[in-house]
Amino acid sequence: MRITRTVAGRSRRTLVMATTGLTATALLLTGCGDSESDSEGADANGKITLTVADFGQFGYKEAGLFEKYHELHPNITVKENVSADEKVYYPKFLQQLNTGSGLADVHGIEVGRAKELVDTKADAFADLSKVIDPGQWVTWKALQATTDEGKVIGAGTDIGPMSICYRRDLFEKAGLPTDRAEVAAKFAGGWEDYLKLGEEYKKKAPKGTYFMDSASAMYNGVVSSNEEQYYAKDGKAIYKESAGVKAGWNLAAEAADKKLTQGLAQFTDEWGAALRKGTIASVACPAWMAARISTDAGDAFKGKWDIARTPGQTAANWGGSFLAVPAKGKHVKEAGELVKWLTAPEQQAAVFAAAGLFPSNKGAYLLPAVKTAKLEYFNNAPIGEIYAEEAQVIPAAVLGPKDGVIKDTISTQINNMEQRGTSPEDAWDAATEAIDKVIG
Amino acid sequence: MATTTPTRGVHGSRPSRRAPKPMSPGRQAWRSRLWRFDDKASPYAYIAPFFLVFGAFGLYPLVYTGWIALHRVEMTGLDQMEWVGFGNFSKILQEDEFWTAVSNTFVIGVISTVPQLMVALGLAHLLNYKLRASTFWRTVILTPYATSVASAALVFALVFRADGGLLNWVLGFFGAGETNWVNGHWTSNIAIAVIVIWRWTGYNTLIYLAAMQAVPSDLYEAASLDGASRWQQFRNVTIPALRPTILFTIVISTIGSMQLFGEPLLLEGGANGAQGGTENQYETLSIYLYNYGWNLGHLGPAAAVAWAMLVLLLLIAAINWLIGRFVRKTAA
Repeated sequence: MRITRTVAGRSRRTLVMATTGLTATALLLTGCGDSESDSEGADANGKITLTVADFGQFGYKEAGLFEKYHELHPNITVKENVSADEKVYYPKFLQQLNTGSGLADVHGIEVGRAKELVDTKADAFADLSKVIDPGQWVTWKALQATTDEGKVIGAGTDIGPMSICYRRDLFEKAGLPTDRAEVAAKFAGGWEDYLKLGEEYKKKAPKGTYFMDSASAMYNGVVSSNEEQYYAKDGKAIYKESAGVKAGWNLAAEAADKKLTQGLAQFTDEWGAALRKGTIASVACPAWMAARISTDAGDAFKGKWDIARTPGQTAANWGGSFLAVPAKGKHVKEAGELVKWLTAPEQQAAVFAAAGLFPSNKGAYLLPAVKTAKLEYFNNAPIGEIYAEEAQVIPAAVLGPKDGVIKDTISTQINNMEQRGTSPEDAWDAATEAIDKVIG
Repeated sequence: MATTTPTRGVHGSRPSRRAPKPMSPGRQAWRSRLWRFDDKASPYAYIAPFFLVFGAFGLYPLVYTGWIALHRVEMTGLDQMEWVGFGNFSKILQEDEFWTAVSNTFVIGVISTVPQLMVALGLAHLLNYKLRASTFWRTVILTPYATSVASAALVFALVFRADGGLLNWVLGFFGAGETNWVNGHWTSNIAIAVIVIWRWTGYNTLIYLAAMQAVPSDLYEAASLDGASRWQQFRNVTIPALRPTILFTIVISTIGSMQLFGEPLLLEGGANGAQGGTENQYETLSIYLYNYGWNLGHLGPAAAVAWAMLVLLLLIAAINWLIGRFVRKTAA
């Protein structure tokens, strides 16, 4: 009997252990779903931290806006997570939206993705029209982030009126004019003239320098000046027959063929390194690109860069972004307030003055700070004048869900023509094949 | 106390004078039923955790991936699934890019696995001799394995860079021109293979070394008495003894090279890395899957690629097994 007793004891122990094991496993499997460990939440003093996830250059750091916001609201600290490359940022952001985890309180959205998010993910965002009056923005900008039901998923930050950024010192060495107006006069006829200038530059180019970083920038400039780009109004993809795409592609092929570019994929490390080394003489330059150049090229080239009007007065908008508030965030209300403040005229003007990102808020255009703005880095170019005039006449482009990916795919193939000497026909075939896969 | 705590044996405590009360028959039956149940059921309870975890993190994803592969699902709308049958499979099989990825995966697999295992075998043989500070050398051999893929890939990215890369700089002394390693099909594949070799050689070396230490020394003594040289001993004693181990490392390396992802992704990095180069020149199957699912957001074809990879692995395993059987037969 003793034996049975011990056995019974053992079996009880076994049962206890087995159930403990099972329970532990079950807990493991449920993935600790209840423990919302939340370091970002409000602490005892009601202090909260808002995170802003963005990419490239939003200019808030340069303008010191987050510190200022903290001064105005001592209980709120704003942290910024910057990704260098939007192409890497966006897929990750989509995943975060799907899983609802890892989201920041405020997310940047590039215009090439706006349509897709408006079409498919509108529910995942807070409606900003409840906080901000969409009438503040340039009309076409506001529409880009508005659903058919009138829900606004993103507040416009900047727009990208086109211009040409160029290096005065290199132009001088190559025997070209250096004055803004004279340079602009050189390509008054349009982008074809810009290429001709490139050929002129190449004849006397300082050793190891190139006229352009990549023809893909010029291509984007050309396409952006059209109302119809990759999609028709009815939502059909028409990039194969789009006049703008054709014109842009042919010019890019020509630039690659004549070796006027360094053939660098934009926004990569190599591209940044080339700017730092100073081997690039000109860049097709929407307003935000100027900001990017001044950061990447660094202080060594301060004042050596300058900005001329876009070729042929073809008003174009390339890029520009929005700030959105994910509906699943922890501080939707506070995040909405932050976005409202960041996109208000005064703050957009401050960002413009500090980094050159051009305001999308109409109220900002009336502020003297914008009208008379000059960028010191770019030899005090009067960007207020240059961009404001253009912004008024920018065509309202038809957006499509895969604009961003299509643009990136074509840019990649342009790089192939530049770097590997792929023939334009092969590159175009590869591009269409890849794009059809994208639209899938 | 013993009487109240049956969890301790009676021997450990003072025996009580009274004999224990006989149990009621009902209770006894219950006890023995419990005992039988314990005997039968507790092993299952012990192994249950593994199977529960495997079911949740292994089997379920596998089956669900297969389910997704038969649908059209977009990253932008995970809840909308549209049945397409085997459409995704026929789609990827018709794509040139898929076959590029297959051939890249095999090329990189072969040019990384073969030299890696050869070098590992040689190194293990050297480490098997009596030498000073042998533990130190064995540790050093394993250090590359301990570094993360990311840091290794980033360092090698600097080595293989086109302008100002370490390798081009060294080759420059021998009069070689600038090679754009990342852009060429073969050069990029070699670059990735080098990262893999660097990371995994030490790991395989240690496995071989462990197997070598298990070879009885009297075999070597007998061989040297017969006048066999070191090399002959290596060929006729060591290698045959290591045959199962070599087969094991081949299988492991094959699976590893099939799933090659981090090295190609990070060699160039950014958006180019995520599509295996601007012309998919170093796109492996994992990158192809990732690009389809995460960059383009088409989860159906991505899931189909995952299953295609599984099928390929099973094929390779079958070939491996056949070769192994053939080798065993001839050895016998």
